[in-house]
Amino acid sequence: MNEQTAPVTHEGERVLFPPLPYDMRRRSDAAVKDDALRAAVEAATLTKDTARKATFAEAFGERYDALRGLAERIKQHTLDHLDYYLDQFIDHAEAAGATVHYAADAAEANRVCLGIAEREGVRACVKAKSMVTEEVRLLEALQAAGVETLETDLGEFILQLDGDAPSHIVTPMIHKDRASVGRAFERELGAAYTDEPDALTAIAREHLRDKYRRADMGVTGGNFLVAGSGSVVVCTNEGNGTFCASTPRVHVAVVGIEKLVPTFEHAAVLLKLLARSSTAQPLTVYTDILTGPKRRDEHDGPEQLHVVLVDNGRTELLADPVMRDTLRCIRCGACLNACPVYRTVGGHSYGAVYTGPIGALVTPMLKGLTNYPDLPQASSLCGACGEACPVNIDIPHLLVHLRNELNAQRVAGRAERRAFKLYAWVLKKPWRYRWASRLVRFVLRRRADDDGYVTRAPGPGKGWTETRDLPAPAKQSFRQWWKQNKRDEPQRHRDTEVN
Amino acid sequence: MNVSLLITCLSDQFYPRVGRAVVAVLQHLGCAVDFPAAQTCCGQPMYNSGYADDAAALARHTIDVFEHSAHVVTPSGSCCAMVRRHYPALLADDPAYAPRARAMAEKTYEFVEYLTRVLDVDLRELGCRWDGRVTCHDACHLRELGAMGESDRLLAQVEGLEHVPLGKRDRCCGFGGTFAVKYPQISGAMAGDKAGCIAASEAPTVVCNDGGCAMHIAGACRRRGVSVELKHIAEVIAEGLGLMDAGSV
Repeated sequence: MNEQTAPVTHEGERVLFPPLPYDMRRRSDAAVKDDALRAAVEAATLTKDTARKATFAEAFGERYDALRGLAERIKQHTLDHLDYYLDQFIDHAEAAGATVHYAADAAEANRVCLGIAEREGVRACVKAKSMVTEEVRLLEALQAAGVETLETDLGEFILQLDGDAPSHIVTPMIHKDRASVGRAFERELGAAYTDEPDALTAIAREHLRDKYRRADMGVTGGNFLVAGSGSVVVCTNEGNGTFCASTPRVHVAVVGIEKLVPTFEHAAVLLKLLARSSTAQPLTVYTDILTGPKRRDEHDGPEQLHVVLVDNGRTELLADPVMRDTLRCIRCGACLNACPVYRTVGGHSYGAVYTGPIGALVTPMLKGLTNYPDLPQASSLCGACGEACPVNIDIPHLLVHLRNELNAQRVAGRAERRAFKLYAWVLKKPWRYRWASRLVRFVLRRRADDDGYVTRAPGPGKGWTETRDLPAPAKQSFRQWWKQNKRDEPQRHRDTEVN
Repeated sequence: MNVSLLITCLSDQFYPRVGRAVVAVLQHLGCAVDFPAAQTCCGQPMYNSGYADDAAALARHTIDVFEHSAHVVTPSGSCCAMVRRHYPALLADDPAYAPRARAMAEKTYEFVEYLTRVLDVDLRELGCRWDGRVTCHDACHLRELGAMGESDRLLAQVEGLEHVPLGKRDRCCGFGGTFAVKYPQISGAMAGDKAGCIAASEAPTVVCNDGGCAMHIAGACRRRGVSVELKHIAEVIAEGLGLMDAGSV
């Protein structure tokens, strides 16, 4: 069986780590034509988005906005005093018997984990789902060092087995259907083909149970770090996080520093929002609160607990007065589920670990704006993401901010920048606007067919008519009509027919 | 009530009939309507595309043009959101214009909002009758105004009008200004999804109160062979009150 994950590729390039700068259209243009992919993503996201709204309405009604505001303030307060809460967390975690490591970047995070594995003679590792471990590519690092590592989240397990990559923050295999899972199990595990979800889950469970027993080390992420107690909070639905954190003798929790909250009281507020925003559950099925390793009088639990605090660009992001808001993100995935672009192109089109609207902000910040110029631009700014965000990150506003940054750094082509300058210049004077709009009306109307549609537009309109027709402008503008008919009309007069 | 019309560049050029309908309805409701001729564009394309300085310049121009207006009404939710939400932020550091931007934001209304929240109109009392089946697309920027679904109330007051719900109603049509041109495959696929929902509704008319969405939806439906007519709610009301003949020119 192939547990040494092959690098996952999309037409020869790594799905989540493509060559940079990344051109989104190379993938998204194909994705929009992949009906199976779109149907899978559309169905899953629409269900979750609808259920999310219903559950919040039912649980909190009109108080939902107040709850979001509170969550926003809790996260923002913690970020504003991150050094204070980090120190507090480290003190309390160490007092509880945990070992705390600080990793400045991805390489250091992996070095720390490999160091632990080496010291402890770890040969087999089980791993729960965690975005930050995807970000630092920990799985690859462990495998390369000869530590047999298995993803235990059902979705991630299937992806690992099938040589595929996650495409959603919460539901990593949202882009796959049951049949492909059945085929992967048949091929890689020797199981009889089935596409029944229960049967598939049973096959995976059988396989995984044995792996938990044999593993020396368990790796998890962490949804929250509680400064006041030094605890790591891990939320999972399958209980695999609990197994990873308790069965092997060494538990390593790899967590981004932005996950801190002051106390349990604050974590409780965010827990009310996290699972509801993700999957419309009041809470995830398992919420593990891990404070130190196994104590002397306890039967279960790891002998060692290591907490690896990962920076990897976060303190730099914290110094950005506008974009720092993205650090409030609790990785619930609600903005992905709400996003019509994500639903249309799927997660792999983003060419990065973090996808969807929040990914379009976080990825350029962590990996360089000039490396991902499409992500902030490939949005209709419809606002569904901002509305869905449980910690009030104004995602559309931040996308616009990054577009300004792209222009300031002259990433956009010179032709485009010039076109916009000309456009703005025209609009600044009414007479220029009048003449330019006359010209545009004339050109487009000449190209229009008998029904009044342009099927092949010139210049900047070319993109439009690739996929849609363009309604031709009116023969007479409103302002011309007003000038002819209304300008001198006494305003008392009531029109009965203005046609 | 003295009302100044902010026509918006798209309605000015593509949908002048919407402007005529807005004028007719507002006058019918007793408003004195004027059209400040120096208006051009609110600056939203520049703002959305990351040219904040140019957007701010157009914001200043628009504020100057409407300086003496009591109320500003526009038939577009997105241009209204631009004025109300983004003008104050864009000009926050301009001591001369910051207070004027806030004043402009406070007196600017989207057409439906103006009817329901300011004039408190009940179309039943006015005897508005429009026979036909429609479905309704909400422009995304109504989200920013807290006015999603606001037009339902008015449509329900129109005698003879049957409102069929549109599937995935609050889903963006994919317009997004320059997004439609820069990412035509993504934007076009979103528009195709919208056209599919419209076709499934089997309504011959789509009520859509935003010029950008209307152009996009009309063009997507045309390309996909979905035969449908786009109408602004102002046109429905103007026709329903007998202020305009039915028709689309």
